[in-house]
Amino acid sequence: MVSRPTLRALANTLFVAACGLATILALTALGFILLSLVKQGVGGLDANIFTKDTPAPGSVGGLRNAIEGSLMMCALAMAMAVGVGVLAGTWLAEYGGASPYGHVVRFLNDVLLAAPSILVGLFVYELVVRPLHGFSGFAGAVALALLAVPVVTRTTEDILRLQPDALREAGAALGTPRWVTIRQIIWRGAGGGLLTGGLLAFARISGETAPLLFTALNNQFLNHDLSKPTASLPAVIFQYALSAYDDWRRLAWAGALLIALSVLAINIIGRVIAARESHRP
Amino acid sequence: MTDAILTRPASRGAWFDPIFEGACLFAATLLLAALAGVVISLAIGGWPALSHFGLKFFVTTSWNPVTEVYGAAGPIIGTLVTSFLALAMALPVALGVSIFLVEFCPKPLARPIAVAVELLAGIPSIVYGMWGLFVLAPFFAEHVQLPLMMNAPAGSIWETLFYGVPNGANIFTASLILAIMILPYMAAVFRELFLTVPPQVRESAYGIGCTPLEVIGSVVLPYVRGGAIGVVMLGLGRALGETMAVTFIIGNAHGLPKSLFDSGSTLASTVANEFTEATGVMHTAALTALGLVLFVITFGVLAIARLLLLRQRYD
Repeated sequence: MVSRPTLRALANTLFVAACGLATILALTALGFILLSLVKQGVGGLDANIFTKDTPAPGSVGGLRNAIEGSLMMCALAMAMAVGVGVLAGTWLAEYGGASPYGHVVRFLNDVLLAAPSILVGLFVYELVVRPLHGFSGFAGAVALALLAVPVVTRTTEDILRLQPDALREAGAALGTPRWVTIRQIIWRGAGGGLLTGGLLAFARISGETAPLLFTALNNQFLNHDLSKPTASLPAVIFQYALSAYDDWRRLAWAGALLIALSVLAINIIGRVIAARESHRP
Repeated sequence: MTDAILTRPASRGAWFDPIFEGACLFAATLLLAALAGVVISLAIGGWPALSHFGLKFFVTTSWNPVTEVYGAAGPIIGTLVTSFLALAMALPVALGVSIFLVEFCPKPLARPIAVAVELLAGIPSIVYGMWGLFVLAPFFAEHVQLPLMMNAPAGSIWETLFYGVPNGANIFTASLILAIMILPYMAAVFRELFLTVPPQVRESAYGIGCTPLEVIGSVVLPYVRGGAIGVVMLGLGRALGETMAVTFIIGNAHGLPKSLFDSGSTLASTVANEFTEATGVMHTAALTALGLVLFVITFGVLAIARLLLLRQRYD
């Protein structure tokens, strides 16, 4: 007969081992994915990627138009998202966050934060593409902005709430109008945090594929006009990965590696800024 | 003196205060408008299909752009099956990882692993999808699916379960990719949740002689119960709406999947595949109606998740 303390100790040991195994399993699986991504992608990463446009099957080419399209659309999307998101987050943190309407806004923002991105694509298709009779980079940017706004709103509210009320009171005591206090003191004090929020949102949208499929569509050529269909890195990866041509697939792997690396880099930069902020005296 | 303060002219720029507040309120309202816009546009766009097919849209499986007959049962079942399978696979591992990081992991290791897990949660889904298509699917077909099919006893339930074309693009591999994708996300949120348990609660349990297993099972988990269910729902919401990774690997066949290894489709993958190539008005409407169904399902799941997590935050 095994004694009860022994049984408890045994169950506990098994449990700790299971948790450790789960961690090893998860890290191995994810490490394996990154490893094969690097292995398959690094061969295609050459100067052509940045200097040549997407090729016809069999000819030499790169991803220049896709990279440019992605950057243009993401930049425009971020400009829209930061404007709306920072103001909405400010309203939640400084003005109406405690009101019933504020609770509704915060709740639905949290829902939007995790909403399937493809639905945003469908919405923008009905909102922009159908009325204007055509796919455009502009529509793609609107779709990406809709995905970025909830992230910016959420981080803005969180970071503004961290600012001490003494700052607000100091502003009020000087007779400063509230909006000047917010702009000159609160926003400025939260600058690093706001930047992190923007970077996280940028990282989130730069890999999004689904909302671009039927808004920006795709474009084989270099295109600086956002009123026309525009290529994007994720959409090109999708198209090329599912193709039957080896050189297209090689480009798709290179593009996937490029996207994964940039998203990782942006996330890490955002974290470094946030960490430096929190250590500031 | 008081009079002087009261009669002092308003600060320069004070006139802008209400405008600024109005702009902030307007931005917040834009968010609501966006969500409302998604619902309304999906409802309007999908209405022709919903009104034409009625209830049959949800229970029939034919999906035929030539005869213009559409039924959504295949993608609906495909979405639910892949998501719940993914959740079943990811949940125990995510729990294990987060408990290990919070309770057992040596401190110098815990932080880097936690950061790595969070970074992995941000990798775009298309990367996971490509890995699934080019690495997982061929491996799975050769080393798992074929042996299982060969060795399944004829006439048994296993034969039905393992039936399918051995190319690795099927319901099961799609669920596996989904599980790998939601795993870091769930582990990261679980970890944050466990960190909210006050140390006193944990320490008092240790103080009366509980083993770590008992502390977690009887104190920590019950303490975060509501929030933990919220995290599960968040993971489920992610899996339900995930598009690209699934589109790569599920095989994209309409109709009900006949087995675990049969190809299928989800709501999101069907929309992603067919929307730009939709031929008729009814085809587009049916696809938009699929979007509406997806919205209703995910909105329900995410709303429950947020309500449970909210309660946790303010308890």
